[in-house]
Amino acid sequence: MTADVAVQSVRQTFNTFTALHRIDLEIAAGEFVVLLGPSGCGKTTLLSILGGFLTPTEGRVLIGGRDMTHVAPKDRPTTTMFQDYALFPHMSLRDNVAFGPRMRGSGRGDRNRRAEEMLALVGLADKAGRRPHELSGGQRQRVALARALAVDPDVLLLDEPLGALDLKLRRQMQEELKAIQRKVGTTFVHVTHDQEEAMAIADRIVVMNEGRIEDLGTPQKIYLEPRSLFSAGFMGEVNRIPVRPAGQGAESALGPLALTTDKPGTLCLRPENVGLKGSLALGPARLTDAAFFGTYHRCHFTPVAAPDMQIVAHLPLGDLPETGAEVALWGTNPMILEAA
Amino acid sequence: MRVLGWIYLALAYGFIFLPVGALVLFSFQDGRLPVPPFNGPTVKWYADVLGDRDLMAALVNSLMVAAASSAVALVLGFLAAQGLARVALPGSVVMRGLLIAPMTVSYLIIALGLLSAFNHIGLRPSLMAAGIGHVVINLPLCFAILFAAMGAHQQNAERAARDLGASELRVLWHVSAPMLRPALLAAFFLSFTFSWDEFIIAFLLTRFDVTLPVEIWSMLRSGLSPATNAIGSLVFLVSVALLVVLEFTVFRKVRK
Amino acid sequence: MSIEQAERRRASALVAPALLWTLAFFVLPFAGMVWLSLGHLEGREVVAGPGPENYVRIFTDPSFLKGIRVSLEITLVVTVISVVLAWPLAWIIAMRVPQRWQRLALMLAVLPFWTSYVVRSYSWALVLGANGVVMQALIGAGIIDEPVQIMATRTATVIGFVHFFVMLLTLTIYSNLVQLSPNYARAAADLGASGWQVIRLVILPLTLPGVMTGAFLTFVLCIGDYITPQILGGNNELTLPQLIMLQLGRRGDFPMASALSVVLMALVTLAYAASARWLKMDRV
Repeated sequence: MTADVAVQSVRQTFNTFTALHRIDLEIAAGEFVVLLGPSGCGKTTLLSILGGFLTPTEGRVLIGGRDMTHVAPKDRPTTTMFQDYALFPHMSLRDNVAFGPRMRGSGRGDRNRRAEEMLALVGLADKAGRRPHELSGGQRQRVALARALAVDPDVLLLDEPLGALDLKLRRQMQEELKAIQRKVGTTFVHVTHDQEEAMAIADRIVVMNEGRIEDLGTPQKIYLEPRSLFSAGFMGEVNRIPVRPAGQGAESALGPLALTTDKPGTLCLRPENVGLKGSLALGPARLTDAAFFGTYHRCHFTPVAAPDMQIVAHLPLGDLPETGAEVALWGTNPMILEAA
Repeated sequence: MRVLGWIYLALAYGFIFLPVGALVLFSFQDGRLPVPPFNGPTVKWYADVLGDRDLMAALVNSLMVAAASSAVALVLGFLAAQGLARVALPGSVVMRGLLIAPMTVSYLIIALGLLSAFNHIGLRPSLMAAGIGHVVINLPLCFAILFAAMGAHQQNAERAARDLGASELRVLWHVSAPMLRPALLAAFFLSFTFSWDEFIIAFLLTRFDVTLPVEIWSMLRSGLSPATNAIGSLVFLVSVALLVVLEFTVFRKVRK
Repeated sequence: MSIEQAERRRASALVAPALLWTLAFFVLPFAGMVWLSLGHLEGREVVAGPGPENYVRIFTDPSFLKGIRVSLEITLVVTVISVVLAWPLAWIIAMRVPQRWQRLALMLAVLPFWTSYVVRSYSWALVLGANGVVMQALIGAGIIDEPVQIMATRTATVIGFVHFFVMLLTLTIYSNLVQLSPNYARAAADLGASGWQVIRLVILPLTLPGVMTGAFLTFVLCIGDYITPQILGGNNELTLPQLIMLQLGRRGDFPMASALSVVLMALVTLAYAASARWLKMDRV
């Protein structure tokens, strides 16, 4: 089953600290949404509000069109997959996964069948009799997923579920998570601070910072057309060059640029969008150092017009000038964002 | 459900504090018996016990035995923990087990064993004998606390110090001991408290000079008296003061 | 000599003093006691054994058998009552008392733990006596007409013990409870468990290691204690430690006292064997 979620004007304060400033968010049924942001940005608070572990100071939460703001976690069509998994160590995997159906009054035969079905879904059918401590980190994560899905929730809430895993395993689990989500069709709301993870699994990313939504959209949109400087910087490395309007174009520390802007702002260029060719002339610059990164050269340039500035560029293999050489730098896909 | 919880809490505190409350209250009793009705208050029983030379001598004895036995237990426990944490000696599991073993044996049995052994070699019951007994019960405690507190990062620091040319003693003194300071303090104060409070070993292994619990025990034979309440309240006060000091120094640091 | 050998030699030198101390003042006296328990008393002289006379007497003489039975009964009753009373107390402090007051609440709950053991038993004698506050309050409230005899009965011993061990167990169970991730309870509630089901199916089983450790400690300390039964229980029914002290005091019968101590040790070892598999239960 699946349902849409609407967060309406939700505000959350803890004593004098405001964790969330009037958040509005619509999530479609069956969507895989990732709440992305640095620690302390309010993403986990928002997840707790969706799960019913926190009652918002103001605002409403609707799930499947019904007001759930004051409904207890167990009566919501949501389940939460906790960061530490919270698997019950004194129960077998089967009993862990069957716990939800058991609480809903399902008989032993039914709930065990359901548990085994869910364990099969996550590829652990042969380990139903084991205890959690006999498993590896990735396997525990799967059991937690199976347990949360066993009650057939409309919305699954995942609180940094891959945070404890090492990088390689994390990438593998991301793919599995995505595949399972497609299979069951449940709405997934997933919290992480890892932007690569967010891009790998999300239908839509919600970038959060200091209790506000900074940006939201598909991974592609947020990476290529971020709405704010914060969002641009959080999604990946970016060169920032302050610009202000001057006549037909814009004025910057690099000299006049062929850009149209009506307000002072910041020109943002991703390193892969800076090079020896392009549509936007950035003027002459000197290569100060370069490093080989396998698929590209990572280069630091110092503009001749602004010796204090440094521009990072990823040049394709074979394009590398001599260190110390002066070249004409070009940019593509320029983004001009207002300072926050 | 919630209200029930608070009622339970209140009843539990009532039960826990009932005897101590009565003890302290009737130490101010103006009368011969520390039972209702309460007359007073008077501090004459406190003046009595503070002027009682036997009691005060016992108090000093207790402090001496506690300080000396805790210090010995701490040093022995510290050295042993250092040795066993450092390298895997053949039989180190057995050695650890042996060092911890006295913790699982009743004090009465330890006292009895020491009493017959001391009789056998002709060592008379004395404060010294009681102190030896207290080291036996506190050594496992100190060892366990310090062994648990030693980690890999401390071993690395010790290795670094040795690498930089520090002698064995200087490593212990300048690196190991300061790094373990909270655990050392905790072990010492816990040992001190246990020794200070210990009765049966002190009872069997002392004769003419006795410790405070033994002296209080002999006061009990003459029945209930506000004087016993007064000395009991004083001991309680000292323990609580010690605990508060510990809470705000050692344990706060341990928890960081 | 290799570096490893030098290292080992240094480590052995550090362990040696503590080991020697333990051997000299614990292992040897204990071995001596076991040997002594195989001897017997003739007149005022100890005759070395080995012979089983003392043990035969212990397991045939009704007064000794009764001592073992009384000790076991008191200890079991005290352990069970203490666990049953302490668990809710620890749970309320850990789960219901607001975070900032928890440390204080716990310190208060175990404060009398740190008073002198002898004084604590004495203060129960003070409270439970015929003229003590409990009886006077009950008479004042019109619940009873005249004092009920509690002092010098098993009830007084049990009350005194329970008081001490409730504090001890509250400490061990509390520290077990606060180590649990709050997500266990959240996950169970999220999956539909009621408050009572969360406690019964998740929290209680998770605290079992703490409970068993505390219960074992209670058993060991309770069965070996002389002070509480002597002050509160009086001489009407004697526990094992009281019997041991009696052998020492009245007759100077060291062999018999030693044999009774060995029996006491054996009971503790049995209790350990019974609870061992719980004491090291795996936790994740």
